[in-house]
Amino acid sequence: MMLPKPRGPLSAAVFESMRALPTEPVARTHPEADEPEDAAITLWALYELSYRGFDDVDETAEWDPDLLAVRRPLEIDLEGRLRARWESYASPHEVTADFSADFFALVAAHDGRSLARFVQTEADEQQVLDLLRLRSVYHLKESDPTAWVVPRLPTASKAALMELQYDEYGCGDPNRVHSHLFARGLEAIGLRSEYGAYVDDVPLEILEQNNAMSLMGLHRRLRGAALGHLAAFEATSSIPSRQLSQGIARLGLAPDMAAYYDEHVEADAVHEQLAVRAICGELLAVEPELRDDIYFGAFTCLDLEDRLAEQLLARWGAAT
Amino acid sequence: MTDVPTYPHADVVLCPGGPLLLRGKHVIEDSSGELHETTRRVTALCRCDKSAKKPWCDGTHKLLPEKLTPS
Repeated sequence: MMLPKPRGPLSAAVFESMRALPTEPVARTHPEADEPEDAAITLWALYELSYRGFDDVDETAEWDPDLLAVRRPLEIDLEGRLRARWESYASPHEVTADFSADFFALVAAHDGRSLARFVQTEADEQQVLDLLRLRSVYHLKESDPTAWVVPRLPTASKAALMELQYDEYGCGDPNRVHSHLFARGLEAIGLRSEYGAYVDDVPLEILEQNNAMSLMGLHRRLRGAALGHLAAFEATSSIPSRQLSQGIARLGLAPDMAAYYDEHVEADAVHEQLAVRAICGELLAVEPELRDDIYFGAFTCLDLEDRLAEQLLARWGAAT
Repeated sequence: MTDVPTYPHADVVLCPGGPLLLRGKHVIEDSSGELHETTRRVTALCRCDKSAKKPWCDGTHKLLPEKLTPS
């Protein structure tokens, strides 16, 4: 993958610095971001150095201290924004002795608009393709941000996370790796399946979703938030996956793409139980002080999806 | 001496309000006598009887009123 298109003065300058490494050192100062998308694409590209990197950026860029110095204020800004949204959330969650019941109740009480329901019943082919392009930025690296959390966990939580991740990564069969199933679906439906193919097309909301997962995955401090995010993601996946599969079938689109979502109906019915009860539950048993962060991560997952749904449904002219 | 614990770890887990988790490879005979083979390391079996993918769980229990969910 090549670096994405810059979206403002900050990303233009930082991407130029990235391309010039290691021949030229990174500039000590960069212009301010002129809008949120400019900051978000810059942070997204800096994070990508820790995943698969870019063909036009030297591999040493990942740990270049001057690039890390660019990344840090962008992360602080993102985390501050996400935490402010969580703190202003109107209905505080219940805290009882039964964490799993509390967690599922929090997810059930969060009733944002659903893209999956729209796809199931109303979306046209172009809207479904639109959505798949946007989803591809994450689904082609599905589960990767969570993989970073593994070495930071106490034993029982670690074993449970690996039980889930093993399934995400195909149980040893590369053909069943979820990101690979999505790539096959993209090709079957007539879209590009190369890693990062549609980054230039995605709105701020998608960049924020991806940056939030990388932020939580890369910082050990945020391990609770990363797993809360995972649990909320899994707990809102089975039923929407069925709706997406039905929408794809309704439009007569590629069965391989419907199959990706069908796989997630059953897989995520398992994963949500593992994520809430075993992964988060066992983490809390050892590190109870992470409870708030687990909920912060969960809320962030649900809230960022709401923001995406609002944006896309408005763009598509869907009735409120 | 540090205590290195042994963790409780079940192969069959009844999730309150939700499915039955089954670890390992199994063949399940449903109520009509049809056989279903598990395909993943951990499988969720429907307990609310409303799944569209029986015998597997598809998350439908979350849409039911509490009194209809399994204990």
